[in-house]
Amino acid sequence: MMSTGEAIAVASALDLLALSPPGWGATLLAGLGNSVIIALGAYGLGFAIGLCGAFGKLYGGPITKDLLAVYTTIVRAVPELVLILILFYAFTGLLNQTLLSWGMERVQISPIITGIVVLGVVQGAYQTEVLRGGILAVPAGQIEAARAMGMPSITLARRITIPLMTANALPGMANLWLNATKDTALLAVIGFSELTKATYQASATTKAFFVFYPAAMALYLLISLTSTFLIGRLEKWARRGQRDVRGQ
Amino acid sequence: MKTLVLAAVAALALGTTAMADPLKIGVAAEPYPPFTSPDASGNWVGWEVDFMNAICKQAELDCVITPTAWDGIIPALTSGQIDVIMSSMSITEERKKTIDFSDKYYNTPAMVMVAADSTSTPDAAGLTGKIIGVQVSTTHEAYTQKYFAPVASEVKVYQTQDEANQDLAAGRVDAVMADSIALQAFLDSDVGKACCKAAGMVADDPEILGAGVGFGLRQGDPLLAKLNAAIAAIRADGTYAEITKKYFAFDVYGE
Amino acid sequence: MKDFLKPHRIVLILLAAALVAWCALSLNWTWLANPKYQLLIVQGIWRTIWIVVVTMVIGMVLAIPIGLAQAAGPWYLSAPARVFCTVIRGTPLLMQIWLLYYGLGSLFPSIPWIKQSDLWPYLRQAWPYAVVALSLSVAGYEGEVMRGAFKGVPHGQLEAAKAMGMPPFTLLRRIWLPQALQRVLPTLGGETVSQLKSTPLVSTITIMEIYAVTGRIRQDTFIIYEPLLLLAVVYMGLTGLIVLLFRWLEGRRPIRTA
Repeated sequence: MMSTGEAIAVASALDLLALSPPGWGATLLAGLGNSVIIALGAYGLGFAIGLCGAFGKLYGGPITKDLLAVYTTIVRAVPELVLILILFYAFTGLLNQTLLSWGMERVQISPIITGIVVLGVVQGAYQTEVLRGGILAVPAGQIEAARAMGMPSITLARRITIPLMTANALPGMANLWLNATKDTALLAVIGFSELTKATYQASATTKAFFVFYPAAMALYLLISLTSTFLIGRLEKWARRGQRDVRGQ
Repeated sequence: MKTLVLAAVAALALGTTAMADPLKIGVAAEPYPPFTSPDASGNWVGWEVDFMNAICKQAELDCVITPTAWDGIIPALTSGQIDVIMSSMSITEERKKTIDFSDKYYNTPAMVMVAADSTSTPDAAGLTGKIIGVQVSTTHEAYTQKYFAPVASEVKVYQTQDEANQDLAAGRVDAVMADSIALQAFLDSDVGKACCKAAGMVADDPEILGAGVGFGLRQGDPLLAKLNAAIAAIRADGTYAEITKKYFAFDVYGE
Repeated sequence: MKDFLKPHRIVLILLAAALVAWCALSLNWTWLANPKYQLLIVQGIWRTIWIVVVTMVIGMVLAIPIGLAQAAGPWYLSAPARVFCTVIRGTPLLMQIWLLYYGLGSLFPSIPWIKQSDLWPYLRQAWPYAVVALSLSVAGYEGEVMRGAFKGVPHGQLEAAKAMGMPPFTLLRRIWLPQALQRVLPTLGGETVSQLKSTPLVSTITIMEIYAVTGRIRQDTFIIYEPLLLLAVVYMGLTGLIVLLFRWLEGRRPIRTA
């Protein structure tokens, strides 16, 4: 049984987390929603860039390979925070400069889109490497057989390479998804109101750090544990029909 | 090439609200009572927010508050992310090299806040050997670096004023220098009453501390004239005094 | 080397050199001549380096028992280790840093005797919190890696040692740990680079490492891109150094694959 003191503490903590004002629960959940949307968008964009990058690195011409190598090396060597800052100001700045020089008005890009583009470009470099590793792990014989049968390249990619690559690349991609969800926290440093920033504002205004931070960490854990579970199921589905590593 | 980029921009613009119409007012994304602070439902409240609403009504503009990180707020303005800075930004010659300022809309002195049991005075003699906390990119940081850094033991730089206040309450810094009203709001709170007190105003240096607070705009922006007219109108017809009465017992306009 | 310098590569290298030259000449680098900034930059780079080194060392020292507990320990040791790793890897590092620094800081006023204690000079400063937060982060991530490494050592070796009557600690010291560390060495390089890339986060708790220094230069001079470019170059240089260091380390230990 809790003592009165403990009961009061728990009650006031729940008050602070309540969904309607003066509880901050709704703001935290809105921040969580923003985080998830940005993570999904960035991951999707990163996947598209990564797919093009992986195919470019493996099957492209020598200049494509070198340029992609420069892209992945730079993005993987520089901290995400620095990349986010550079891309954040460069992206909108360059876009508006180009539009102005073509005689059109400035356009306002919503912060969520900017966050998605910035994180997506960063994710793209990592995804390139993971997908490239996944494609390399596809048994060469399968691809050769398909080519020998005269399968056009796009059908080959669609029917052979991508399905087989998915199973191999999934662990790496799972890692990247978890990184994407945690990297959204970095956008707090540029002032985006996602979960980390919302938590900071709530605790700074109410001084109740040990209520909001654990709550927010629990929310992040919720995302990561759910993701890990779902990706585990996805991997089992992707590996259906393949022999287990242990030979069973 | 042009069509491709235009198509991409159109796709991006789908994710935004109406193009160019609402004016994006950049506000530092941190609680800075009583000027701007978020309440539990995420709305921004405070003297500066009420002032902005009055100005926008007067100038017939559609204004939208856009929280931005304080240390990136000027680049955000110059790169077009926001259109106006309204975040208690002091008008200084240094900043005027990069952005334009409207006429001032308030001017309050800078103050040093210390622990409740401290005997420091707000000058170089009183702060010798102390650890001073300031917010990054502020006139207070510039002032501290010029006058106190040579004698202080350390100058700690924080992303937000709020973090500096928290560290003073925690005892990690011996003194904090910032705007007197913002610090007074902290001293009026429960945490502030228990931990800290005002040591007094610092000697003025208008070149560093600036000549009041104004709206920040891109250089050459025609909005400047509109905002100045609106400020003058609000001062003249008493709306300014009305808003100020809600928060302060004195006129914050300064001389 | 000749293989590397194919014609298209030479063209690309020349283009890159031209780009670098253009940047060096036409962008605004006047702030680099300021001796105050030069000192700050050197100090910032030094702080970054020692944060990475110290936290990697402490983190690895912590990661070994955490990994061991999960690989071979009884449930009352492996379960907490598991929970620790899951929490560290499932929550953002920025949040962990802020919780440690500002969260603990908010408790100090309610503990009056703490200002008189010997720990107070350390609790006042920011770097102990950064070191603790980053070390715990390393321990969480490397704990997982060490778990895999311990499990990956061929079981036959451990059985043979046990059959010869080797006491458990000697077995750990002579057989299990060295082989696990050898398996982990290739990934350690990548992990150190990851640590390097996490260091900018400690600038949010007032530590003036190189990212905070460039922030200061940017806000003093209002120049947006050039300090960031310098920052990117510094980090690429440090990453290159780390990669070279680990390649040299790997070269020193001959790996015997049966």
